[in-house]
Amino acid sequence: MSTHRPVQPDENPAGIDLPLDPLPGHSSLGRLERVLRRGEFAVTAELNPPDSANPHEVYERAAIFDGWVDGINAVDASGANCHMSSVGICALLTRMGYATILQISCRDRNRIAIQGDVLGAAAMGVGNILCLTGDGVQAGDQPGAKPVFDLDSMSLLETVRIMRDKAKFLSGRKLSTPPAVFLGAAINPFAPPHDFRAHRLAKKVAAGAQFVQGQYCYDVPMFRDYMQKVRDLGLLEDVFVLCGVGPLASARTARWMRANVPGVHIPDHVIARLEGAADQKAEGKRLCIDIINEVKDIPGVSGVHVMAYRQEEYVAEIVHESGVLKGRTPWKREARADDVMVAERLEHILHDESSETPQQIVKEAAN
Amino acid sequence: MAEHTAKVTLATRIRKAAARKDYRPADVSPQRRVQRRYSMRLWSVRHARFLERLYNFFADAFLLLHPFWKAVGYARAEAPVKFVEKRVKGLLFDCRMCGQCVLSSTGMSCPMNCPKQLRNGPCGGVRANGNCEVEPDMPCVWVKAWEGSRAMAGGDAILTVQKPVDQSLRETSAWLRVTAEAAAERERERAGEPA
Repeated sequence: MSTHRPVQPDENPAGIDLPLDPLPGHSSLGRLERVLRRGEFAVTAELNPPDSANPHEVYERAAIFDGWVDGINAVDASGANCHMSSVGICALLTRMGYATILQISCRDRNRIAIQGDVLGAAAMGVGNILCLTGDGVQAGDQPGAKPVFDLDSMSLLETVRIMRDKAKFLSGRKLSTPPAVFLGAAINPFAPPHDFRAHRLAKKVAAGAQFVQGQYCYDVPMFRDYMQKVRDLGLLEDVFVLCGVGPLASARTARWMRANVPGVHIPDHVIARLEGAADQKAEGKRLCIDIINEVKDIPGVSGVHVMAYRQEEYVAEIVHESGVLKGRTPWKREARADDVMVAERLEHILHDESSETPQQIVKEAAN
Repeated sequence: MAEHTAKVTLATRIRKAAARKDYRPADVSPQRRVQRRYSMRLWSVRHARFLERLYNFFADAFLLLHPFWKAVGYARAEAPVKFVEKRVKGLLFDCRMCGQCVLSSTGMSCPMNCPKQLRNGPCGGVRANGNCEVEPDMPCVWVKAWEGSRAMAGGDAILTVQKPVDQSLRETSAWLRVTAEAAAERERERAGEPA
């Protein structure tokens, strides 16, 4: 059936949108967990959610990551700005076979809504859930909204873990099929209180985190110190750490981000480097690659999470030039022989003009 | 230019309208939270060790009074105890009467004062100077909690994962609940039953 389609690692032969076979010791049926547990250096990226009801905008934005990333983060109104919902994006992407990381933030929904979304997402084939607290509403385009924060990131992790491992809701009511998800959380090693940050990761691991994605890392020595503390606490046996990276478009953007995006720490020497460059955008990309090359050698770093907001087209270049995949090609969506057949047939159905009305057809059939 | 006019969001409209008016409320944040002076709260964190001892003493005293509470009836005792509790904790910690006090696990810094009401540690948005992301003038509740917990004898309780807040317990007395629970625990132990 699929003779022209190259063999892909980690794919269900019966259909790209179907879950994989369960493996012992794995908690999800997804590809990201397989890549991480095999010990490969994972790459994830963030999809910029469209302000649109058009599914093709999501597909287009996902297509530029094809063959370069192991998981796509569907962000949940990041920075408290309204966009297409993360569940909606995941619904579209899982249909196409992408490995998605559903972000859930506690800002907009209470525990009733969140537990329902977890079940719905898992039913659609979402294999990874990232549990976040969420930015405050003051950061976004609707500062008059009511902040919910019924759960926090920690209790959200614990809630989903209870649903998965004990097959019940937080209330104790039973689930007939628990959601098989790989649980993630966020870390920010660059914000005070610095002594507490590693302990906070320990708490997240105790609450159920299996992988963590970091905030933008522009201060590698600080990240290295943090990883040292994490190693000393012995957390790396239970959690995979993905360091957050991203290109800066210019020194002006960097200054703006430092002042306006909560929790982003950019040292002065980074801004000075950008300012001194002739082509600031190219230098921003170069800086990002340099940082990836530095962090990938820190013991305990299992991957990178590339957040190239509005510069998504650079993700492929950044991943390629930093060489983190070591020649490996992550899952790539490719048309199969039968897909082409279906497309042709659809074309025929859609574009053949039918001049007969239903009444004429009935008349003909009667005669 | 056309792009500029097209990019009017609700937020920009609110901001523009606010600038036009003569009266702008000074003491409210986007969370509609009346800002208070933080000095008492910060004093409490600085004296976390002392308050921890005081709290332990009062917890024991309340437990000793368990027969009294029972005789009066916990339900009848609630109103006056809550009256005192609300004012004492309100003064010392800016208490929000969530009804499930975790001060001993949070370095005597009340986590309900966090605009996100986080009960398990600071969010990633803490500013470099240790202030809150949402309210730039307020020291982060959790930065203070970490400082307070380092001074306390049982400060490592900050490392345990807290359950989500039970909203149905709001505006009830945490002191009486803890006392009743401790009394029940003690009775179970006396009866030799496993907890």
